[in-house]
Amino acid sequence: MTTTTPAKGATSGALVPEVTFTIDDVEVSVPKGTLVIRAAEQIGIQIPRFCDHPLLKPAGACRQCLVEVATPDREGNLRAMPKPQASCTLEATPGMVVKTQRTSAVADKAQHGVMELLLINHPLDCPTCDKGGECPLQNQAMSNGRGTSRFVDVKRTYPKPLAISTAILLDRERCILCQRCTRFSNEIAGDQFIDLQLRGARQQIGTFDPAVLGFDGAGTASLFAGADGDGQPLTRAGGMPERDVLSGPAGPAETDTSGRPFASYFSGNTVQICPVGALTGASYRFRSRPFDLSSTPVIAEHDANGSAIRVDHRRGTVMRRLAGDDPVVNEEWITDKDRFAFTWQSAPDRLTTPLVRGEDGELREASWAEALTVAAEGLTTALDGSGVGVLPGGRLTLEDAYAYSKLARVALRTNDIDHRARPHSAEEESFLGHAVAGHGIDVTFADLERASGVLLVGYEPEDEGGVVFLRLRKGTLAGRTRVFSVAPFASRGLERLGATLLSAAPGTEPEVLDAITGRADGDLGAAAEALSGGLVLVGERLATVPGGLSAALRLAQRIGARLAWVPRRVGERAGIEAGTMPALLPGGRPVTDNAARVDLAAAWGVERLPATRGRDLSGILSAAAGGGLDALVVGGLDPADLPDPDLALRALDAAFVVSLEVRASAVTERADVVLPVAPPAEKPGTYLTWEGRPRPFPQALTSTALADQRVLHALAGRLGVDLGLGTLAATHAELDQLGGWDGARTPAPHAVYPEPPAPGAGQAVLATWHLLLDAGRCQDGEAFLAGTAPRPVARVGAELAARLGVTDGDQVTVSTEHGAITLPAVVTAMPDGVVWIPVNSPGSAVRPTLRVDAGAVVQVAAARPATDGDDA
Amino acid sequence: MADELTPRDQPEPPALAGETGGFTSQLPTKGWLGQMLAPVAGFGVTLSSMFKPTITEQYPFEKVPTKPRYHGRHQLNRYPDGLEKCIGCELCAWACPADAIYVEGADNTPDAQFSPGERYGRVYQINYLRCIFCGLCIEACPTRALTMTNDYELAGPTRRGLIYEKADLLAPMREGMLAAPHPMAPGTEDTDYYRGQVSGPAIEQVDWVAEWRPEDPTIDAARQQAEGSR
Repeated sequence: MTTTTPAKGATSGALVPEVTFTIDDVEVSVPKGTLVIRAAEQIGIQIPRFCDHPLLKPAGACRQCLVEVATPDREGNLRAMPKPQASCTLEATPGMVVKTQRTSAVADKAQHGVMELLLINHPLDCPTCDKGGECPLQNQAMSNGRGTSRFVDVKRTYPKPLAISTAILLDRERCILCQRCTRFSNEIAGDQFIDLQLRGARQQIGTFDPAVLGFDGAGTASLFAGADGDGQPLTRAGGMPERDVLSGPAGPAETDTSGRPFASYFSGNTVQICPVGALTGASYRFRSRPFDLSSTPVIAEHDANGSAIRVDHRRGTVMRRLAGDDPVVNEEWITDKDRFAFTWQSAPDRLTTPLVRGEDGELREASWAEALTVAAEGLTTALDGSGVGVLPGGRLTLEDAYAYSKLARVALRTNDIDHRARPHSAEEESFLGHAVAGHGIDVTFADLERASGVLLVGYEPEDEGGVVFLRLRKGTLAGRTRVFSVAPFASRGLERLGATLLSAAPGTEPEVLDAITGRADGDLGAAAEALSGGLVLVGERLATVPGGLSAALRLAQRIGARLAWVPRRVGERAGIEAGTMPALLPGGRPVTDNAARVDLAAAWGVERLPATRGRDLSGILSAAAGGGLDALVVGGLDPADLPDPDLALRALDAAFVVSLEVRASAVTERADVVLPVAPPAEKPGTYLTWEGRPRPFPQALTSTALADQRVLHALAGRLGVDLGLGTLAATHAELDQLGGWDGARTPAPHAVYPEPPAPGAGQAVLATWHLLLDAGRCQDGEAFLAGTAPRPVARVGAELAARLGVTDGDQVTVSTEHGAITLPAVVTAMPDGVVWIPVNSPGSAVRPTLRVDAGAVVQVAAARPATDGDDA
Repeated sequence: MADELTPRDQPEPPALAGETGGFTSQLPTKGWLGQMLAPVAGFGVTLSSMFKPTITEQYPFEKVPTKPRYHGRHQLNRYPDGLEKCIGCELCAWACPADAIYVEGADNTPDAQFSPGERYGRVYQINYLRCIFCGLCIEACPTRALTMTNDYELAGPTRRGLIYEKADLLAPMREGMLAAPHPMAPGTEDTDYYRGQVSGPAIEQVDWVAEWRPEDPTIDAARQQAEGSR
């Protein structure tokens, strides 16, 4: 993790002048501005280092990379610098002569000296330390240090480990003050959650905790007290003996809205880049050693960014996940969700055998042969009746989505298929067919950091993207990119992007978009100027705003910006490309286009394909609930995510349901046949990022679980249709042969936007979106990660708060006729008459409870203070 | 067709060593006396060994102690107060050339402290079907937790039975030791244990076990020991 790939060549296009100099008697030419340590890497000379990281700014903090340097003076005579220099902060200059530890006794001795100093206070607890075996300090102490220690005094010690958050632990004794973590927090993530404190020998890293610094009257710092066998962090309430000194009260700390200071969505990266074991992850604590682990490079399944990760597994169990190194997508950073949330794949409710609903109405285990036969019989009956609807869910690989698409069209003879397990609209469908499907890679991650302006509409890059946020931040910090956001309030993520808020209450986004013109004043005019040649990033949430996507298309065309649609889920783009939508066939072929259907029918070797536009998810569910569809084939989706969870449950109860699921869920509970499918770690496949970039990944774990496409192939076989998708290779061959579509596309949507709702007295317009870490099913079983999730709050504007008579921290109840959600209020600068709550956080399940979505009018009231009798 | 089946270019049969064939002994020929006594010479060995001491061991009826440094079954040792020495660091597994050792570490928690410090070995298995008794694991152990006993009777009817678990490998409790888990001796750090500065259970540790596991059989002896050492 400390070694680096050679500097990625200058991509800006401008020619950078070359500098020729000498390292260890080898002449090397590098672009001007290259650091000596980087140039040495290019010719295969490794200089030991700790603080240096190619994606962080040079710091020169650890002094381990000292080399002997001589530079020519004005007359051209070589003059040696009086002392060894840190090669990680030294730019190469023409004619410079560098001698590393390989050729210079001076450099070697200097490095040995630095190593000895670093080890003075480093505890020799390598057998206990999680970094042991993959520790740059361990390795370089062996390669560039003394064999024995001359230090005989008592080492400095601190109580350990300090819990920075529930997921990250800090062991200050081990820290060598390289500042990689603080630089990452400042330069990359923007969460200033730990920093250096004190000076000299007492210098240490940590949170700003008065207890740590020994201020008068401060309590003991919060120490990590271990975890239960099931990963639950131990708390005082969890049965710790009262008298234990470690369980003292947590020190007072400043609270943000989360109530958990110093939490970050990206803090796991600091664990990975820490060159010693000072920062460790609580979930991986003491679980294995590097030599136990087999590593497989795969793609993260949590969001549409398709981050490259590395899965480390031991004996068929995933132990941890690390960020991969992929300069075009996630560089070397991933979100904590991608890093820590993997236990869902092996949760206790994992399905391993097919289940069939017996005569008694209970699910019982069955053989694959029996389950497929029962499923095929049920589907055949439905085909003779009123038909079958297909709901694949938004988490599929391209291959799986393609199998769903082909199964629906060929075996089930229907276009009633929709993967959008979220609020959606017909306008969105046209938009996706027009501007997304079949467009290949257009806007890329690299464009995000190079664009002059980026407009975010219905999209929160930190909560709904993660890696997109880091790229945008990189561009804004470099002064290249200006970010604008059409949103009700400036979230913490937007603030860290220095974004300009184009304030819009839910439902008024189209008006704001239409107002962005070169003639406009203020921020709108500035946005128009910056966005010319810039980017418009549209989130999936804009589907809930009538006219929103049409306005975004108009805007992009008007001001000459490129448009990209950035969904949350990993399978959204794959579904669109594979045609798991009612009006789209694979490759962006419109269903209603005769030529497209004929082309596809020929490729699939069938006589004809269903020609009528299918029903979308809500249509399918209404039809199924009302008897208009007899059967449903349902992939991985959670009814609670759907626009109307109640309707979904009624539909699942009414129809014959074949469920392809990884874990027992609300769908499998109601299914007639449950076919278990493989989680991402147990199947190979290809995810498509929001850019449209294919991200193939291999199977990490040995498993007999089948991917969806293989199950669907077998199911189609029972229906008398050969899908030809029994293997990954066959699917790839068919996708290659199918190719793209250069015919007509779906026309652009031109939806008009209605008058935004006007909330009456005691009412407000609901704004809501998903937080990155919430109560989602893919974060189950990871208590350490859940502890870093932002605490759900209800955000209200100052005027509304005054009308309600609430201040920060008072309970506010948001309700509809179906239910109520009560959360602590946070007064935020936002348009009057708007209330924001998270979609799916603990205690705030908007769709199942309120059965409305963003833009709806809801009742808002100050919650009555609970009387003493209520708790009993 | 027959032509094609005939092997062509058949190699010559390898030449015998010595064209003449036959066998010539390389042993020196004996004199006439030697040749005369040859048929009974073998009895000389028999006769001479009749007057030597018997070295046959009557195992398993009589068991002879091994040499003191014989590499036998492993043992996971304890500190004098009963805490385990193993910290679950897996260095033994790392050193093992036969991949015979499997270890999983875990957290010592305040209510379940098995070894001094933060970490203990939650799972510890040695597969004696694989172990070659080389002793590299013993050398690797940073806390002297793993040592070898002289127990060589390691045979069994099942493969599963020859995978020894932590419970099989842990050293027996000596008189006065207090069964883990219990907190470390008051005022000590893990380094105090490593330096051998803990000589037995402290009264606070005994009280802790008495409170949380009152039925533990080691309490009385440990209390005597703790009170005796006061």
